[in-house]
Amino acid sequence: MNERAIGAEILKVENISLSFGVMKVLDNISFDIRQGEIRSIIGPNGAGKSSMLNVINGFYHPQQGSITFKGETRKQMAPHVAASHGIARTFQNIALFKGMSTLDNIMTGRNLKMKTNLFWQALHIGPARTEELENREAAEKIIDFLDIQAIRKKPVGKLPYGLQKRVELGRALAAEPELLLLDEPMAGMNSEEKEDMCRFVLDVNSEFGTTIALIEHDMGVVMDLSDRVLVLDYGKQLADGEPDEVRNNQTVIDAYLGVPHEQE
Amino acid sequence: MIYRETGQFKANYQDDQALFPIDQDRYVIFGILFITFAVVPYLLNQYWLNAILLPFLIYSLAALGLNILTGYCGQLSLGTGAFMAVGAFSVYKLMVAFPELGFIPLVLLSGLITAAVGTLFGLPSLRIKGFYLAVATLAAQFFLIWLFNKVGWFFNYSASGMINAPPMTIFGVIVTGPEANDVAKYYLVATFVAVFALAAKNIARGRIGRNWMAIRDMDIAAELIGVRPLIAKLTAFAVSSFYVGMAGALYFAVWLGSAEPTEAFDINQSFLVLFMIIIGGLGSVLGSFLGAAFLVILPIMLKNILVDGFGTDSALSAHIEIITVGVLIIGFLIVEPHGLARLWRIAKEKLRLWPFPY
Repeated sequence: MNERAIGAEILKVENISLSFGVMKVLDNISFDIRQGEIRSIIGPNGAGKSSMLNVINGFYHPQQGSITFKGETRKQMAPHVAASHGIARTFQNIALFKGMSTLDNIMTGRNLKMKTNLFWQALHIGPARTEELENREAAEKIIDFLDIQAIRKKPVGKLPYGLQKRVELGRALAAEPELLLLDEPMAGMNSEEKEDMCRFVLDVNSEFGTTIALIEHDMGVVMDLSDRVLVLDYGKQLADGEPDEVRNNQTVIDAYLGVPHEQE
Repeated sequence: MIYRETGQFKANYQDDQALFPIDQDRYVIFGILFITFAVVPYLLNQYWLNAILLPFLIYSLAALGLNILTGYCGQLSLGTGAFMAVGAFSVYKLMVAFPELGFIPLVLLSGLITAAVGTLFGLPSLRIKGFYLAVATLAAQFFLIWLFNKVGWFFNYSASGMINAPPMTIFGVIVTGPEANDVAKYYLVATFVAVFALAAKNIARGRIGRNWMAIRDMDIAAELIGVRPLIAKLTAFAVSSFYVGMAGALYFAVWLGSAEPTEAFDINQSFLVLFMIIIGGLGSVLGSFLGAAFLVILPIMLKNILVDGFGTDSALSAHIEIITVGVLIIGFLIVEPHGLARLWRIAKEKLRLWPFPY
């Protein structure tokens, strides 16, 4: 953990505004994420946290503002472009491929690493076979890392919730992302599962050097894991800074953390 | 007891990723292939080959094609009949124009033509999903059949509007037209089905198959991990139509010998093939075969048993046949909504543990 090096900024979001009809979901948001850090986004329900992630990986197209990822500035991008540039994510409501096995889910996460064409795949010899075996090995590393060997061949639709969350993390990791967006990875988990998941998040960050953007409601988790925290409320940026700063920020306390006002 | 993977250890990923990792499965497949190619043609008479196995194999190929699109990629299509017609009319035009190319290349070529047409009609799938897409593919069904009826060029301006397969040979044996050799026809179709069933299985377990299933199960998540919906859906339409087109070509040239679009390729064909994959099992190669067997072989068997066995009047037996098949369809779908292939898989799971309950 000590050798973690926070580098230059990998992602810079400038003046992003997004609205659906008359509803303003994101209003002039600017922040950055630095290489190798764990960056949390917090805020009450409907604050625009998930929308922010959707903007970053190209699923929503903001009306205003720009996103700079690895030195390239874009107004918007298609999801598969974001994926091929090294942005992966997990979802608030699990979005696994339910009819497929754990292994196939993780292998699908590697689809951008695989190139052979339909012809070779239909024959399943030569390059297609080699490629499949190489990627299987990479997928197995992730399966080992997440300790899910036993459910490798099980269809994910039948797995318990906590394991599904883990498989989803595995699928995102399979793409070997530089920036990993985690949308409430610990929602609905008991404290033991939460601890496991926290450990995985920290390990991903320190072992693979993956930059992480995290949305989470558990304040204990957020304050312990994050290097910096961005606070949103009704699409507005309330605060941005290190956990301690944010914790003591009066606007944040008013809007979200809910510590009684009278203490002042 | 017999079906057991105990003691079969996989020491590397290559073995673990084999098509049939369990030895017993492999023996069964080789057994089926052996019976198909070495036993059946010498054991069964012309009636069996021509009236039962040939349509079963051809419908299996069509069901395999539709299963790629609907079962693996989740795109509902009601245009199978029309795509079979595209295959049939392509092979007819090609057989008349380029007989020197040989029959097998012409069937493959008509598959490719159907793939192009299928891709074109697959374009709406990028915008619409589910039942709405099904309605859009209905447009293909009606438009294409209308086209083959109206435009004389397709049936070479024959007075009846029918197309007749000219005789063509493979290794000197006639396989199309009225004088064709039954055993040769059977071998030809069985080879096509075996080769392309293997190809379908390979595609389904590789990257392209996984991308299809990802689109089927959760298209947004698939897109965000880099699967391009445009490419995945259109390849599914292309590969599916390729299979359906070949099935249509064989259906017309090898089995029927002559065809008329409104009768041979109407909407009932589309439904028939769709029911095959629903009953057989969506997203399963085996299911395509089981479904085709259920809807092709079972009615014929029933009819034979009733008419020949009990001496039932043929009109009455036709009604009994419809009722029985209908009841069985409902029965199987209540027992296992995921089709016969799933039933088979459950049976295998049980067998692996037998005689213990778990």
